[in-house]
Amino acid sequence: MHVSLALLLTAGVLIACGVYLVLERTLSRIMLGFVLAGNGVNLLFIVAAGPIGTPPFEGSGDPESMTDPLPFAMVLTAIVISLGITAFGMALAYRAWQLFGHDEVPDDVEDRRVLRRRRRRSEDAERLPWSQALTEEARRGALAQSQGLGAREAEDPLGSDLTSAEDVPADATEADEGDADALREAVRRRRDHRRGEAAALRHEIRDRTNDEEDI
Amino acid sequence: MELLLALPVMLPLVGAAITLLLRHHTRLQLGLAVVTLVAIFTIALVLAWHVTQEGVLVLQIGNWTPQLGIVLVADRLTALMLTVSSFVTLAVLVYSSAQSVSENVERTPVAIYHPTYLTLVAGVSMAFLAGDLFNLYVGFEVLLASSYVLLTLGGSASRVRAATTYVIVSVLSSVIFLSAIAAIYAAAGTVNMAELAVRLDGLEPGTRMILELMLLVAFAIKAAIFPLSAWLPDSYPTAPAPVTAVFAGLLTKVGIYAILRLETLLFPFSQISNLLLAAAGLSLLIGILGAVAQTDLKRVLSFTLVSHMGYMLFGIGMVTQLGMAATIYYVAHHITVQSTLFLAAGLIEHRGGTTDLIKLGGLQKLAPLIAVLFFIPAMNLAGIPPFSGFIGKVGLIEAGIAYGSTAGWILIAVSVLTSLLTLYAIAKIWNRAFWQEPSEEIVAREVQTPKVMTGATTAMIVFSLALTVFAGPLMNYADEAAHSVLQRTPYVGAVLGDEAAADLRYRIDDQGTRLDDGAAQEVGG
Repeated sequence: MHVSLALLLTAGVLIACGVYLVLERTLSRIMLGFVLAGNGVNLLFIVAAGPIGTPPFEGSGDPESMTDPLPFAMVLTAIVISLGITAFGMALAYRAWQLFGHDEVPDDVEDRRVLRRRRRRSEDAERLPWSQALTEEARRGALAQSQGLGAREAEDPLGSDLTSAEDVPADATEADEGDADALREAVRRRRDHRRGEAAALRHEIRDRTNDEEDI
Repeated sequence: MELLLALPVMLPLVGAAITLLLRHHTRLQLGLAVVTLVAIFTIALVLAWHVTQEGVLVLQIGNWTPQLGIVLVADRLTALMLTVSSFVTLAVLVYSSAQSVSENVERTPVAIYHPTYLTLVAGVSMAFLAGDLFNLYVGFEVLLASSYVLLTLGGSASRVRAATTYVIVSVLSSVIFLSAIAAIYAAAGTVNMAELAVRLDGLEPGTRMILELMLLVAFAIKAAIFPLSAWLPDSYPTAPAPVTAVFAGLLTKVGIYAILRLETLLFPFSQISNLLLAAAGLSLLIGILGAVAQTDLKRVLSFTLVSHMGYMLFGIGMVTQLGMAATIYYVAHHITVQSTLFLAAGLIEHRGGTTDLIKLGGLQKLAPLIAVLFFIPAMNLAGIPPFSGFIGKVGLIEAGIAYGSTAGWILIAVSVLTSLLTLYAIAKIWNRAFWQEPSEEIVAREVQTPKVMTGATTAMIVFSLALTVFAGPLMNYADEAAHSVLQRTPYVGAVLGDEAAADLRYRIDDQGTRLDDGAAQEVGG
């Protein structure tokens, strides 16, 4: 089969650039990468169509010398599909930007969990090899934790969305105009509650110290 | 009669258009969607009947020749998949109707839900019916595009985060699929599957293997086979329960269906059957170990899904009639059971307010009906004797024994172990969610579970029990389906005519023995 080297090289460069962009961290660049790679693949279809011939119109000439029209029909379909998917991907990136302020692809949940476990362990004992790193108490604690008996752990910088629970408060956007007031109200109430607790704690400490002074 | 083949694709697309126009009338939308799905279910039953009577049905759209135009093909396998999938989608739609009523409607744009759901159904039907690779690609894209929308319904933070991974992985698999089609067109000059079956037989083994591997990677991402399965447990659990149920039941099975066609029709007696068996074994083990380690109900179920894809790949990898028949039965069983389990998980979430196993507890006393509705499919999944899961697994193990190689025996051991570990994971869920003292939060949470939700789940369980009760006739049906996909002549003969079918090199005869001497001689000489 006769293959055009220029087409093949262009397709190769497009796909290589696409793969490079797909390896980036932000969704918008990844989508651009897919656009490039998709165009490269579309060129592969044109390579597959074979050498250049006359336009494939009925009765315009010898069918043997015509270009094979089928791959072009497929390329058109593929272009339309990638248009729709790109639009969706960009909308998703925009929504992520609205919610989080960036459109970075999140880490794998399991990876985060493993990382967290390792950090917890290295806080306990840094120098020891891992087999000795756990004290008996820590090991029991880990067992209890894995059975769900331990206390809920404190806020983690890596985020705590390991379950399907909707525990990530969504920032208010134009879409939930009506909800914004309710959300602000909830946040205020929670803050007040915490302040109240802190005040109660301070009171108690003051009382105790007073008691001690009395003694 | 052949015109019926177009309806499972046309009806939901037309329905989607009309429901989109009716976006302010939720009740009407729902009614229309239900009517559409009931119609598809009926058509699927009629098709299944006709396929057993008349053999493979072929519809050439616009009367183009099969080499140039689009053909829709239905054999026994397609008809079975259509029947099961349309029943599951119908039950889930009914289930979801109650949920969107009972939960906060303002947050989820219901206007989009029904049209997208119907488009998803159209994509799934198109993938099952497609008679050429490019149409299969379009079917995949239709179902994937609607699954993106369903996964991000409401656009909340956790869903956007989960969907990001899902979209990237799926788009990647689409690009690989598309380049595989380009390569196949360059090698064989057609994308029609029957024509490909004839022409690919004549290619050199090296070229065949590259084409096969490219398609396999694309399909395995969709089917969540082990090295390519990491996306699934991250993205499925955040979606609403009914959406997860459809995804878990159907989308992965579309991938498995494509792999089955790939390994039988396009690349029979594949050179990489050991690779398939290795992937199957690893999926089984790693998936189930993941499930055991999880503490969230939906994540446990997602990992068991990854694990149990291994069973189906095990049957496909053996490429024997026994193995294929067991796989086809297992696919039907697994679609039903996995969807039912996710629906039950939705019921638990509705009653307990969470799917976190640490927070749940005491549901057996508080909600005995939900306990029963979870227990039956869970035992079915683990493969406890009277249920269909047991029958499917026994079929696979029997096929593995008949296969008789070391790989077969290793996989038998792995699948028995996986079955036991599944039971362990299920027992863990039962222990945490249904036994123990309920927390005050759950006792205080007085929610009435809507009758429609329990009703739809019950209907699914009845369907899965029917798979058990009618296991005999169904196994016969699956066996004939397996024979015809391995024989390849009925499919190719129906699409291209009997002369083309005579050109096939790799096939089995009526007794089930392989006929590939001609090709072996030619390659050798």
